[in-house]
Amino acid sequence: MKKKIALLLALVMIFSVFAVGCGGGDEGGDYAGTVKIGVFEPASGDNGAGGKQETLGIQYANYMTPEVEINGELYKVELEIVDNESDNAKGITAASNLVSSGVSVVLGSYGSAVSIAAGEVFKEAGVPAIGVTCTNPQVTAGNDVYFRICFLDPFQGTVLANYAWENGATKAYCLSKLGDDYSVGLVNYFVQAFKALGGEVVEEQFPNQNADFTSYVANAKSNGCDVFFAPVSTEAAALIIDQAAAQDLGMPMLAGDTWDSNVITGAAQGKDVEVVVTTFYQEGGNPEFDNGIKAWMEADSKMLENNGGNTDLAAVTAMGYDAYYVALEAIKTAGSTDVADVLAAIPDTTYEGVCGQVVFGENGDAVRDTAYVKKCNTETGAWEFVAAQSIK
Amino acid sequence: MTDRISNKKNITLSIIAIIVMLAAIYVLDIVIKPTSSWSNLMTCLEKGTIYALVAVSMNLLNGFTGLFSLGQAGFMLIGAYAYAIFAIAPEDRATVYQYYEGGGLIHFSLPHMLQDMMGGADAFGGTIGYYLGIILLMIFAGLITAVIAFLIGIPVLRLKSDYLAIATLGFAEIIRSFFQWEGLGPVTNGSNVLRKFASYDSSIFPVLVAGICVAFIVLLINSSYGRAFKSIRDDEIAAEAMGVNLFKHKELSFVISSFFAGVGGALLAMFQNNINAAPFTSNMTYEILLIVVIGGIGSITGSIIGAYLFVCCSEWWLRGLDAGEFLGIEADFMSPGFRKVVFAVVIMCIVLFYSRGIMGTNEFSWSGLFNFFKTLPKRIAAVPGKIKAKFSNKKHKKHTENVKEAQ
Amino acid sequence: MEFIAKWLPYILAGISVGGQFALIAIGYTMVYGILRLINFAHGDMFMIAGLVMVYMATVLPLWVSVILVLIITVVLGCTIERVAYRPLRSAPRMSIMISAIGVSYFLQNMALYITGGLTRTYPTIDWLQKNITIMGASTKMVTIITPVLTIVLVIALVFLIKRTKIGMAMRAVSRDFDTSALMGIDINRVIAVTFIIGSFLAAVGSILYFSNYTGIMPTSGSMPGLKAFVAAVFGGIGSIPGAVVGAFVIGICENIIKGLGLTTFSDAFTFVLLIVILMVKPTGLFGEKNIDKV
Repeated sequence: MKKKIALLLALVMIFSVFAVGCGGGDEGGDYAGTVKIGVFEPASGDNGAGGKQETLGIQYANYMTPEVEINGELYKVELEIVDNESDNAKGITAASNLVSSGVSVVLGSYGSAVSIAAGEVFKEAGVPAIGVTCTNPQVTAGNDVYFRICFLDPFQGTVLANYAWENGATKAYCLSKLGDDYSVGLVNYFVQAFKALGGEVVEEQFPNQNADFTSYVANAKSNGCDVFFAPVSTEAAALIIDQAAAQDLGMPMLAGDTWDSNVITGAAQGKDVEVVVTTFYQEGGNPEFDNGIKAWMEADSKMLENNGGNTDLAAVTAMGYDAYYVALEAIKTAGSTDVADVLAAIPDTTYEGVCGQVVFGENGDAVRDTAYVKKCNTETGAWEFVAAQSIK
Repeated sequence: MTDRISNKKNITLSIIAIIVMLAAIYVLDIVIKPTSSWSNLMTCLEKGTIYALVAVSMNLLNGFTGLFSLGQAGFMLIGAYAYAIFAIAPEDRATVYQYYEGGGLIHFSLPHMLQDMMGGADAFGGTIGYYLGIILLMIFAGLITAVIAFLIGIPVLRLKSDYLAIATLGFAEIIRSFFQWEGLGPVTNGSNVLRKFASYDSSIFPVLVAGICVAFIVLLINSSYGRAFKSIRDDEIAAEAMGVNLFKHKELSFVISSFFAGVGGALLAMFQNNINAAPFTSNMTYEILLIVVIGGIGSITGSIIGAYLFVCCSEWWLRGLDAGEFLGIEADFMSPGFRKVVFAVVIMCIVLFYSRGIMGTNEFSWSGLFNFFKTLPKRIAAVPGKIKAKFSNKKHKKHTENVKEAQ
Repeated sequence: MEFIAKWLPYILAGISVGGQFALIAIGYTMVYGILRLINFAHGDMFMIAGLVMVYMATVLPLWVSVILVLIITVVLGCTIERVAYRPLRSAPRMSIMISAIGVSYFLQNMALYITGGLTRTYPTIDWLQKNITIMGASTKMVTIITPVLTIVLVIALVFLIKRTKIGMAMRAVSRDFDTSALMGIDINRVIAVTFIIGSFLAAVGSILYFSNYTGIMPTSGSMPGLKAFVAAVFGGIGSIPGAVVGAFVIGICENIIKGLGLTTFSDAFTFVLLIVILMVKPTGLFGEKNIDKV
């Protein structure tokens, strides 16, 4: 027994020495120092696939521009990537881990719930965070350190409701996931807008880890709905599309930005379904970026794997790319790597990215008024542009 | 025996140790900023403390009363919600209960209310009121959990061993879906996150609370009730024959364990600053059970050490395994998730080969500690000899086996 | 007619998922019958069988992968028994259950590491995933295949247990572990055979289940595993027909509950059923009376 305690104490000592030891990094070559950018994204769990795609954009941007000039001196930019496991509880410790590693600014997360949960950690530490694709208003509301470069759910929900209404739908089936702020929030705003237009809705929620969507599809059919709105994570979406095809759903499926992913096109390819999404970026919008990142992914099998095995671009990747440059701009403007200076600099930062201009407005949210509507071509498995929507 | 220490000296030593520890935590809490690389220490200290409390409460049930219950996550969930619901400041309710009209049904927060009554946020009295509110609410959370546990216990505690385990597991799942139910939305915020509730500022708070709770459990175990619990664990029939009321004592142990699980849940809510029902799955119970096993089933000290080890390993020390660099070794196979595989292998080894865990059924004592250090050099010197002896022993054993088989 | 048109999709889904649960539940009920162990890792083995198929099918033809999946799952089942359960045979029941939980934790984390935390899509077995229409309800072929295959396998299994020597040994061991050892039955062999059968059926179940619900996550096995266990308890633990009936009841009820719009409670229902059966009739529907449970 006592031997074990001895061993234990020894281990504790070794580990703590090690933990301190790896705090300081070596500052290489011609750089005046390093600046760390935290990447707070899920690499596993429900949102793993999306999180990895968003991280890809950030990694590509870092590959393109691995250095930044601060006050005339060249700094190396290092990414500090943590996995928040798409889990609110684990996201907290991942976030404090990130904060403790001395990052100047944090990017992420894919999935609003984790962003909301971790927002407190960043707020307490005073570390600025830039949300890339978390669209729930609560991410930035009441949090001075959280900014965001994408549009918000009230906007996206309205766009989607308008689209459904204009295409002749009067009764919508809305499916969200229990405890998931992204889908619950977006459904909520969709319902508000759709009801305001005079439509009817049927709302349902499915629990975590649910794999059997047969009954939800059957419920939509038996309730006589005209449109199936399910802005859920891509993991669940693939299963829903599969079931919809098996049961001959017979109505268009509508979703938000998360569905703009090759997971969805892969699931829908060759099946008799109609999938329509709203998104941030239209592939082909910036050929230089498209070709560059595709070549980069093809050169590295690991990156290709992280993108789901092919080079189809997700909008979140483009957003991640933009977010990195917004962060660099902010650091340049701040003229320092200190979190407080960067925090102060972000609101005045502007940047012309591949997904359009980023200007921060109220609550630290970017001013965005356009969403792209895309439809999946089930024969080729590619997205087809439908319209650029904005609301008056 | 010279190293036996008198009772009085024991108490003095303990008091000094506690004061030194609290002072150290207090200083560390002020010195360590969230952005420093040492802030992991504070995170692990807080989370480890909370897990320690929950593990000890589970040990009371599994290790000391012999009731194999897997409902801990469900009880933590009740405690966390009971705390969080009544601790959100009225002005924040509209944002938290964003999908419900008028910010839900409940419109007061005990800590904030007491803070205002005793002089407001800036006054010293206000701070006291705030913490008083938190403490009262935590007791309330524990009591609610205990009442629900009492009701669950009436049918469930008639079951034995694995049937009890699966029934409590089932109840935990039922509790979870109940709290996610839309119908309760105006109170529980449905399945959505509860946040912006009152929380502690200093790491010393969870340590103090958990310390008091664990001390209570230790006193309970050393009382006549504790002896009755142990007798039930060792032999139910004999215990009954000796006049121990089985049901009453099982129920008592179950309710007390749940009370502290509820308090632990409330602390966890404060630590995370947000709470929702989804993560309180059976996997959370399994993690706590594994902590108890690592520490030693039937040892309070073991559960506490186990909790800190578990939390530090999974949240801090082993993170390098995921990032591809660990103890200076870099390797491609260290990709996300590798940390957990290593961890699971270690746990399996403990379960299979060290089933007594770190402490077995032993507890911490000063004389034990002194003895340990006193004999340490001697024992280290003896290690090579022992290993040699073990090897030759094995050879010998093999040899005799062979001989036996040949015969 | 309208009533049938409305409810048929739910009942079809229920029968299909019930059949898949039944195949898992048999593994639980047999292991429990003999070892008195809730094999918490059984559901995770079901998930691993699915993952093996995913990775096999990328390099091998489908029919080879199917056979390999069955073999690998059986080997895995036996290995787990050999490594994690056999050394603890004389240990208290709590230890062996903790060991089972440890194995489950290990398998899930291993799967997390191998998949990188991403959902893997199950390979398409055209024949199983073909769309068919039954009385106006469109569904996958697997929905019809599952109950038929389940019943065929169960009949074969019951025959094995009632008519063969090893079956007799299994019955003897489940009746009285120590006495049957004294009578010269090779306990370890009987237990190994039990795990072979259980794993084999779980592998078959996983092929059917994941052909229907095509995404595999590291946690995909835990819920089906728990539900199958409840099915086994409901039918009377140790009883194979009981487990099958229990699984179909749970599968169908769950889908009807979802159809009623009470989706939040579909999982909770299973556990309510468990607790009710434990309170009212702890031996289950077809359980033997003399087992020491309560």
